[in-house]
Amino acid sequence: MNLDSKIPNGHISEKWTQHQFESKLVNPANRRKFNVIVVGSGLAGASASASLAELGYNVKTLCIHDSPRRAHSIAAQGGINAAKNYQNDGDSVYRLFYDTIKGGDFRAREANVYRLAQNSVKIIDHCVALGVPFAREYGGLLANRSFGGAQVSRTFYARGQTGQQLLLGAYSAMMRQVDNKKIELLNFREMLDLVLIDGKARGVICRNVLTGEIESHAADAVILATGGYGNVFYLSTNAKWSNATAIWRAHKRGAAFGNPCFTQIHPTCIPVSGDYQSKLTLMSESLRNDGRVWVPKSGTDTRSPDQIPEEDRDYYLERVYPSFGNLAPRDIASRQAKFVCDEGRGVGSTKLAVYLDFAAAIKRDGRPVIEGKYGNLFQMYEKITGDDPYKVPMRIFPAVHYTMGGLWVDYNLQSTIPGLHVLGEANFSDHGANRLGASALMQGLADGYFVIPTTLAHYLGSTKLDKVDTNHDAFKNAKAEVEAGISRLMNIKGSKTADELHRKLGKLMWDNCGMQRSEESLKKLLEEVPKLRDEFWNNLRIPGEAATLNQELEKAGRVSDFIELGELMARDALERRESCGGHFRSEYQTPDNEAQRDDENFCHVALWEHQGQGKAPKRHTEELKFENVKLATRSYK
Amino acid sequence: MAGNNNSRTMRINLKVWRQKNQNTEGRLVDYALDNVSPDMSFLEMFDVLNEKLVAQNDEPVAFAHDCREGICGSCAMVIDGEPHGPQTGTTTCQLHMRTFSDGDTIVVEPFRAKAFPVVKDLVTNRTALDRIQAAGGYVSVATGNAPDGNAIPIAKEIADMAMDAAACIQCGACVAACRNGSAMLFVSAKVSQFSLLPQGQAERERRVSRMVWQMDEEDFGSCTNMGSCAAACPKEIKVENIARMNREFGRAMIFGRDRKQTAED
Repeated sequence: MNLDSKIPNGHISEKWTQHQFESKLVNPANRRKFNVIVVGSGLAGASASASLAELGYNVKTLCIHDSPRRAHSIAAQGGINAAKNYQNDGDSVYRLFYDTIKGGDFRAREANVYRLAQNSVKIIDHCVALGVPFAREYGGLLANRSFGGAQVSRTFYARGQTGQQLLLGAYSAMMRQVDNKKIELLNFREMLDLVLIDGKARGVICRNVLTGEIESHAADAVILATGGYGNVFYLSTNAKWSNATAIWRAHKRGAAFGNPCFTQIHPTCIPVSGDYQSKLTLMSESLRNDGRVWVPKSGTDTRSPDQIPEEDRDYYLERVYPSFGNLAPRDIASRQAKFVCDEGRGVGSTKLAVYLDFAAAIKRDGRPVIEGKYGNLFQMYEKITGDDPYKVPMRIFPAVHYTMGGLWVDYNLQSTIPGLHVLGEANFSDHGANRLGASALMQGLADGYFVIPTTLAHYLGSTKLDKVDTNHDAFKNAKAEVEAGISRLMNIKGSKTADELHRKLGKLMWDNCGMQRSEESLKKLLEEVPKLRDEFWNNLRIPGEAATLNQELEKAGRVSDFIELGELMARDALERRESCGGHFRSEYQTPDNEAQRDDENFCHVALWEHQGQGKAPKRHTEELKFENVKLATRSYK
Repeated sequence: MAGNNNSRTMRINLKVWRQKNQNTEGRLVDYALDNVSPDMSFLEMFDVLNEKLVAQNDEPVAFAHDCREGICGSCAMVIDGEPHGPQTGTTTCQLHMRTFSDGDTIVVEPFRAKAFPVVKDLVTNRTALDRIQAAGGYVSVATGNAPDGNAIPIAKEIADMAMDAAACIQCGACVAACRNGSAMLFVSAKVSQFSLLPQGQAERERRVSRMVWQMDEEDFGSCTNMGSCAAACPKEIKVENIARMNREFGRAMIFGRDRKQTAED
């Protein structure tokens, strides 16, 4: 397995510039000779599609929805980071780099993260030029707010719907190229397999979800930008259709999976209300700019929140982390919420919630100011819970939100399969063991707008690519395998729905590989998941036919992959015998319950190589070298 | 408070539009659900219905949905005659059963319009809206050549108005609510966002004319100023956008540099 990370030489601030110069180019007249497939149309996929088409490549973009604009980047709320230092508060590219490395608990690659911080400033410029209506000050200049894990205000935002506005920007750029006929938009398509010829990624097999037809598409390179796999847990803040099928099937074709156990639990989500719960809704981290998190000091305090006087409240984040307070990073804030609930001090009927209280901010700034900043979030909260957060504190609880793990990529964002590039949340690269708020949008757009145009040109310009089309045996075989897989699913004819089995998987994962993991829980998971897998393949029921819109079949295919991925996550979590960021092993904690890293033995990326169905995957490592940032115990106190 | 209503459950009678595909006729089918929690979302009630149908070996009701946070614009049900149901400013996924009463009968149909053919049950094909976007809903700027973000100052009031228009989630409720099946509110929101902002000025005429021609091409109806679109819009996009678009279109037809060419498109 080729694990060369291809990090360029030179000083960290020069690496990307030097690499751009050393990368091969494709001359403008030759670009139209290359075909590229982009799978996914979120921030990473849409920005990559648009940028590559603008350069002159022929792009085919696949999306599972009717419209690219529905990809789940749309739901990101709070903002996007950029090291502009418009606020004159001491920000810089280096500080954003440093905060991100530290926020990730020193488990990300320095060179990638530095490049991300460098590109962050260009993202804002480009998005403004595309007409993204960022929040403005009265003087007409861009406004900022703060996010967790930072002591500067570097987050740009568009009310509480930054993701939608950034995606609409990328989508509009992409639709311009659809109109120019440089992008062929293949909507309603779900990728079901990756096709390799001579060891290189040369196309995909997908299903047209409206007709059930299985299609083959050939290209010179394939880009996956299909998002994360948080839905392994069934309940998460991901959209219902967000899934791991594209990356998982690429993994089974030879792409190594990096750090699968690194999942982010977001501290501020609306708590579960019943068994019918289908997903969880995030309340943006930006709310912690003004909201104060607390629980009653006593677990037996049953008074309503407005009846509890200040002296009987525990503002635990402000107490434990005085310098970052309510803006402690996500992994830390989530864990503290879990600790206070474990102590029996949680609130609400389930006792699995804490208060996020705006009373002080409303008193200080007045309701109109708070409404201007968070109006749509407050409205959403009220619709879901029936409570008015202007009057009573929000009740929040941590929930699965983001996956830092993903397909392993080198500095060029290429996976271990030549020609297969992976962008955005689908790759493992920039966030280490914990992602800071407002950094996912930054990474998706940096990868798509600014990194892939350089690195894909290098691949196309330096690789001998024979002409291939979909009549090649590799396409025929892959298509036959996909068809056989679908008919196998359709013919189980058991009695359980895909959702029922998915919920079961989710509960197993949350209980044993969630906010806290232990050797015992992970070993249990490794026994239970294979049993669930047998149950799935013996007892699934899909009504209807495959050759038509069949949402149960779509779900079943995804759940079959989630089950396999869940097992890999458990293995990865078990082998990583340390705690870091969102990966909290109960055996490895400091006396004050913080994550206890083991830099001597685990300062590396874990990569998993698929060994075939039913065989244990092989673990490889990529050592992480810290030449610019000193490995230190993360402190937000 | 959420979670405190669990003891109270409701019986809901549903009349749901079932249609095998675009070429067959559909009809309303009756279903009854007991034990509906008031804290369920409308779509979670459909999840429960579908699990019940699959258990009986019947085909579940196909419906579009994804984020379930009111932002992706996938969900699209006409509930008791109103796109997205009775609550203002609310998508189907954000509508909760506490809005209804025990014993209610609810009629659920797809977003109907000539430009939105039914695919199956409650799923329609709304890709016509993407083609309108492709016709001109963008600023032609390629990656890499943007000036500094603060080099283009925009008054807060203008940025806020552009943001109000940009809040459109492309669900198509405006079309489904309109007796003419017009997409004027959608198109005008897009046109407004760009025509308000300095970045959109260079292509102002070309954009509006091309988007309007494409809208006609896609078989959307004409606007007769009824305003049902704005009343149904889950993001409360204002009808004044339509006035702005009409003005932009008139301006483009009179002053537009490429009006002749555009008119012949």
